[in-house]
Amino acid sequence: MSIVLRKEKTETSLQQLVKDLSGVDVAGCLQCKKCTNGCPVTTLVKVPSSEIIRRLQLNMGDSILNSDLVWMCASCETCYSRCPMHIDMASVMDALRIISVKKNASKQNGNVPLFNRWFLKTVGMFGRTYDLGMIAAYKIGTASYFQDTDKFPMMLRKRKIALLPSFEADKKYVKRIFQKKK
Amino acid sequence: MKYAYYPGCSSESTARDQYMSIREVSIALGIQLIEPKGWTCCGSTPAHHTDRILSMALPAANLLMAKNMGLDMVVFCAACYNRMKVANYKIQTNPKIRKEISESLGEDYDGSVNVHHFVEVLIKDVGIKKLQESFTHSLDGLRVVNYYGCLLVRPNKVTHFDDPENPVCMDSLVTMMGGKSIDWPHKVECCGGGFALTRTDIVIELSNSILGMAKASGAQCMAVACPMCQINLDLRQSDINKIKNTNYNIPIVYITQLVGLCLGISPVKLGMDACVVSPRPILDTVTSN
Repeated sequence: MSIVLRKEKTETSLQQLVKDLSGVDVAGCLQCKKCTNGCPVTTLVKVPSSEIIRRLQLNMGDSILNSDLVWMCASCETCYSRCPMHIDMASVMDALRIISVKKNASKQNGNVPLFNRWFLKTVGMFGRTYDLGMIAAYKIGTASYFQDTDKFPMMLRKRKIALLPSFEADKKYVKRIFQKKK
Repeated sequence: MKYAYYPGCSSESTARDQYMSIREVSIALGIQLIEPKGWTCCGSTPAHHTDRILSMALPAANLLMAKNMGLDMVVFCAACYNRMKVANYKIQTNPKIRKEISESLGEDYDGSVNVHHFVEVLIKDVGIKKLQESFTHSLDGLRVVNYYGCLLVRPNKVTHFDDPENPVCMDSLVTMMGGKSIDWPHKVECCGGGFALTRTDIVIELSNSILGMAKASGAQCMAVACPMCQINLDLRQSDINKIKNTNYNIPIVYITQLVGLCLGISPVKLGMDACVVSPRPILDTVTSN
């Protein structure tokens, strides 16, 4: 790996922001690369997990947020469970995603933030997820109308997808949780 | 044996077969499962992608319901299981988080409700002796690969589910049922999980590797313990065959469906008609003792 150092000005360092959001300090990373070697998407990304940590340590600024791994990490937690320094890399990635959305930095395929928004919207509305509503909203948002439409009749026949949302959830807590979040 | 049972949102759609098989198996083995009235979503991956407190308050709300019932919580979905374990762990170890979550919920939750996976209940609470006595049918040498996935075993210091690199509890169940459990290297690899809709390309890459290893290991079927793994490996198998030019035809079933078959429960009652890849080879192999 080669890293070009370019000093960037940010008010609070990204490393500190990540620490505030996740409670994880990446300073202890030894660069042993066990995370990178165990990561299921390492071969698919340009910037692997150990390099993200190194860039954070070197305070390389918001360019880190545009790393493809930020939105290609599947949250499988192999990195965290194998790290000899017990660095919770999965939570670091969560923090990077949160900052990335806030700073509108995300450059990626698939639009995971849009999916997340609609997923949580249906949870807020019904107390449980509503797959069909969520999928429809995502497809409209990404103009991917025809992806997987061939599977739809089969899924309906096998009752693998519900037409209507569930109305059995008690939204007492959920309502409060979402209100407090805003 | 009485537990609060959290079915998870997928039990109402993509994983109704998982829900049906757990219900049937628990009735047959005398396990009483009571759903917390009005249970709500655990938040899954979108919640921890979005907000840390949200991701712990959503599962904590359900744990609070179980606490009020005075029961331990039983979960099957690996994602729900993981989120609940993480919420408990953080609430127990971080007073600041506990405070923020209690503000979010409007009630204090102390992280004290024990969370078990249904497979753990089968092995630890029902016990090997009772299981063996209850099995009326045998898998009769069926070659099974057990796929545990990510979120049951990781991070181990939070979930404490078996061994994080080489779990064996499902293998021991399969052996108990007369099946041939195959030792294979992809037990805890990732299938792509929550990318089912957003990054199908990643799911296809990762699931292809798992199915490829299952085939090379000589498996006749794969047993899973997570609805996300099931749908990725089963529903996407035809896409993988097309894109990767492979010819996989491996039935992907829930471990509870195999247990149900050995308890003499009909495949329809176990929801096995919902499998995309036909489970016929399994049904043809199961024989009565």
